[in-house]
Amino acid sequence: MCGIVGLFLKDKALEPRLGEMLTDMLITMSDRGPDSAGIAVYGTDQDGFAKLTVQAADPATFAGLDHDLGCEIEEHVSMRVIDTHAVLELPEGKVAEARAALKSIRPDMRVMSAGEVIEIYKEVGLPGDVAKRFDIPQLTGTHGIGHTRMATESAVTTLGAHPFSTGADQCLVHNGSLSNHNSLRRKLARQGVNVETENDTEVAAAYLTWKMQQGESLGEALESGIEDLDGFYTFVVGTKDGFGVLRDPIACKPAVMAETDQYVAFGSEYRALVNLPGIEDARVWEPEPATVYFWTH
Amino acid sequence: MQTFNLEENGLRALNEALQAQSHQTNETAWEIVKPRGSHAIAVGLDAPIDVTVNGSTGYYCAGMNKQATITVKGNVGPGVAENMMSGTVIVEGDASQYAGATGHGGLLVIKGNASSRCGISMKGIDIVVQGNIGHMSAFMAQRGNLVVCGDAGDALGDSIYEAHLFVRGSVKSLGADCIEKEMRPEHIATLTDLLERAGMDAKPEEFKRYGSARKLYNFDIDNAY
Repeated sequence: MCGIVGLFLKDKALEPRLGEMLTDMLITMSDRGPDSAGIAVYGTDQDGFAKLTVQAADPATFAGLDHDLGCEIEEHVSMRVIDTHAVLELPEGKVAEARAALKSIRPDMRVMSAGEVIEIYKEVGLPGDVAKRFDIPQLTGTHGIGHTRMATESAVTTLGAHPFSTGADQCLVHNGSLSNHNSLRRKLARQGVNVETENDTEVAAAYLTWKMQQGESLGEALESGIEDLDGFYTFVVGTKDGFGVLRDPIACKPAVMAETDQYVAFGSEYRALVNLPGIEDARVWEPEPATVYFWTH
Repeated sequence: MQTFNLEENGLRALNEALQAQSHQTNETAWEIVKPRGSHAIAVGLDAPIDVTVNGSTGYYCAGMNKQATITVKGNVGPGVAENMMSGTVIVEGDASQYAGATGHGGLLVIKGNASSRCGISMKGIDIVVQGNIGHMSAFMAQRGNLVVCGDAGDALGDSIYEAHLFVRGSVKSLGADCIEKEMRPEHIATLTDLLERAGMDAKPEEFKRYGSARKLYNFDIDNAY
């Protein structure tokens, strides 16, 4: 069992409240996943700049990282440290170089996400505590996805928590378990796509990234997933300007959606949606099995 | 009329109060406000009382009901009226998966759509759905009637025993050992009664009946893989 929440805002007036609304939804889903939690937020696009969110077991190792990385890539790097995570801002064209440099100057750090707007925060612990550590309620943005985890397929670790990001500004969260993740992991490796953890969900994320690299849209990649991913899943995925939902054909993992003129919202249970503005008059429905839903800005 | 604010007073107090009602109770009308999608609302009731839930609920609403009439003015989560024994449960919105699962008796009315596995392993309950139902509905259904005014999804009545299925619209596919059957006068009579009790204005003649071909009852080597 896991909990998923998602919010895709249509009304710009709600953007300052994205973190606050997602946090409330996430905490309501604590019963479904008390061992770890994570959130991906799509913030404002600063032209010409990209963000790298990195995680360190020991936050003391962040000291001087902006300077050291700046020297390596010969550009100015700014850094915002939030508990065990740091968001590095650097020129857009330098992301690949920075990731390579990071491996040599801080080999123990892990990249949570990379992209123009995405930031991912995830840790072991109760969702409420995780949200507090990273001050999630103050985050602003256009859309966001949160996950509360009850681990089944791999260990309870920070890196095993969701969301998983395997491509620029992409992320995926999952409720369920995949049964063909090992064979798919090998298939992806042959295509040069590396999956960092033992987690089944990361394989699904990498699969979608690979499909999108081959030119498929988010919707098309999800359609391909119905054929190639075996197991139980309710996925919620994010891209720079998109938000998608897919359930497996058996559809035993719960999902509720709500849409108003202001937002599209996703919850594993309706409980997660009850505090959203105007929910009483929202169109509320259960997404159909093996049916791709996606929205773009 | 007793009004119970679930957000303020909590689920345990609600179910204790409802379960404490006896056959002779004078407090026959209850209204639950602020359900906020909570699970297990009004479960295990055993008295002829009327309970109205003003809003949508989570999992297992009205589970194990005996005698009570429970109306939900909203949508319900998975497992509404699961294992109902008697009484009536009315859902004014949609129902999530396995509505009326394993029900032994009583009437479940869903005015919207029901999703997958509606009436799974039903054992005597009557279920009337005004809209559509999802895949694998009436899987291993043993007794009772499932009436669908809209369409049915894939694998309707898979491995069905002796339940009666009536569908007005299309059936995407029938499950193993489920076949269309002749609608005889006794079936029209049953259907007329159920539609009337559920307050549906559909004509019984517009429905088709489905049930067991009874080919899975005994071991048959041709069924083995």
